[in-house]
Amino acid sequence: MTAPLLKVEDINVFYGSIHAIKGISFEVQEGEIVTLIGANGAGKSTTLNTVAGLLRPRSGEISFMGESLIRTAPNRIVFKGLSLVPEGRRVFLRMTVEENLEMGAYTQPAANLKADLEHVFELFPRLRERRRQIAGTLSGGEQQMLAMGRALMSHPKLIMMDEPSMGLAPILVEQIFDIIGSLHREGATILLVEQNAQAALSVADRAYVLETGRIVLTGTGRELLESDEIRKAYLGA
Amino acid sequence: MNLSTLLAQIINGLQTGSIYALVALGYSMVYGIILLLNFAHGDIIMVGAYVVYYSITRFAFHPLLAVLLAVAASVALGVTVEKVAYTPLRSAPRLSLLITAIGVSFLLENGAQMIFGADTKSMDPIVPGSVAIGSVTISYAAIITIAVSVISMFILTRLVNSTKMGKAMRAVSEDMGAAQLMGISLNKTISFTFAVGSALAGIGSVLYLCAYPQASPTMGSMLGIKAFIAAVLGGIGSIPGAMLGGFIIGLLESLISAVHLSMWKDAVVFVVLIVVLLLKPTGILGHKVQEKV
Ligand SMILES: Nc1ncnc2c1ncn2[C@@H]1O[C@H](COP(=O)(O)OP(=O)(O)O)[C@@H](O)[C@H]1O
Ligand SMILES: [Mg+2]
Repeated sequence: MTAPLLKVEDINVFYGSIHAIKGISFEVQEGEIVTLIGANGAGKSTTLNTVAGLLRPRSGEISFMGESLIRTAPNRIVFKGLSLVPEGRRVFLRMTVEENLEMGAYTQPAANLKADLEHVFELFPRLRERRRQIAGTLSGGEQQMLAMGRALMSHPKLIMMDEPSMGLAPILVEQIFDIIGSLHREGATILLVEQNAQAALSVADRAYVLETGRIVLTGTGRELLESDEIRKAYLGA
Repeated sequence: MNLSTLLAQIINGLQTGSIYALVALGYSMVYGIILLLNFAHGDIIMVGAYVVYYSITRFAFHPLLAVLLAVAASVALGVTVEKVAYTPLRSAPRLSLLITAIGVSFLLENGAQMIFGADTKSMDPIVPGSVAIGSVTISYAAIITIAVSVISMFILTRLVNSTKMGKAMRAVSEDMGAAQLMGISLNKTISFTFAVGSALAGIGSVLYLCAYPQASPTMGSMLGIKAFIAAVLGGIGSIPGAMLGGFIIGLLESLISAVHLSMWKDAVVFVVLIVVLLLKPTGILGHKVQEKV
């Protein structure tokens, strides 16, 4: 096995005195889709936000392409090739679709902008139609596409997505997962956080199950889909 | 009141209004980005005014050089205050930040009193003369003030809407966390916002001196309050709102004076503010400011 792209080792994260992440370790290899699944409040978002630098672990190590991220500011982490599509999309509601995508390209030379916009518009034709529209007027599904497109504009070596299917109608959920699948086939490396365990495990190469700040189970997507424990706890079977 | 008096008062109103607008922009931009009512902003104008005063009366510099020095001093001061006093409080409650700003304001006013003396320093008009158009006399100072303000606002609008830094400013003011996830540096963007706001205050200080050629340690507080009201009236956080608010307050004041009610000027301004806020709590062009994370 080659050195992992992202390696998280025994991190502990606190909110004041609340111990939200209790010593978790995982890794993502280049080209993989890895998913973290778990119930609401398990610590999934806290984990992604810590990798992205928005939160600091009290102990433990996070390395990306062999370099430690522990002391790197969140905006510098983006320059290193790590991008987060945050929970709740967090698109810039008062800016246009195109301006949101330009913000996504903040780390990139201006000369690449046109080609990169084109690439995102090919993935998300809806965004092309609405490029001059204010993001606040988009539907939830369109905002999610914008958030994903915006993250792709920085040419991430690893893209992290925090519950991209949250609050979307089933047909849109399917569409979002189709796009995740096609990004994967293009060679993207993805760390996917989901409550929708069924869908996440179906696209994932490997998965970790998170419960109250600890990893309680790990395996390939297929193994977990077939595991009785998971079927009972997360798949409602 | 005849037509030419009315026109003259409108031009007067536009002249003071454009100064209010320039200063209001600084309040609004800083509030938009870090939710701070920067009470020290008015005092930046005072410092700019002293720079102009001494440049011209003591050192006999060309007025244009005085303007450049005033803008440079305002920017340096604004960014220093931000770095020294506000940056360490980035994640502190907004109230701590507000109290710090009031403290900085006292510091600047008392510092100026110590250095320059408490007396009002008067100087000769910087731009004397006027031109008669029909029966209306317009001072060159008014023409320059209105022109410079409109040009400054045009450049600012272009900067905020079309440059990478301007868009980053808007992104930070909407969602700091998400902006960082784009690779945007908060430190750089916030400092830039203070620099732009202070530069506008520096320009405002020169234009203010063109209208009232005197500097005093407390001159920034009244002007600051008027500009602050303008920013709130227009919708704090909104750039076009600050411009609109400035012009409304300036015009209102001069039209009230024109009907010989100038002693009621400030009261009317406050009444208008209160009525607008009752009808639209976010100000005329304001949008709801969401809690920052
Ligand atoms: N800002 C916060 N302050 C305090 N506690 C928090 C905060 N954010 C999350 N938590 C707590 O941390 C735990 C993990 O939350 P989170 O990472 O958001 O879970 P998930 O994304 O898996 O739903 C939860 O118990 C949650 O209540
Ligand atoms: Mg979450």
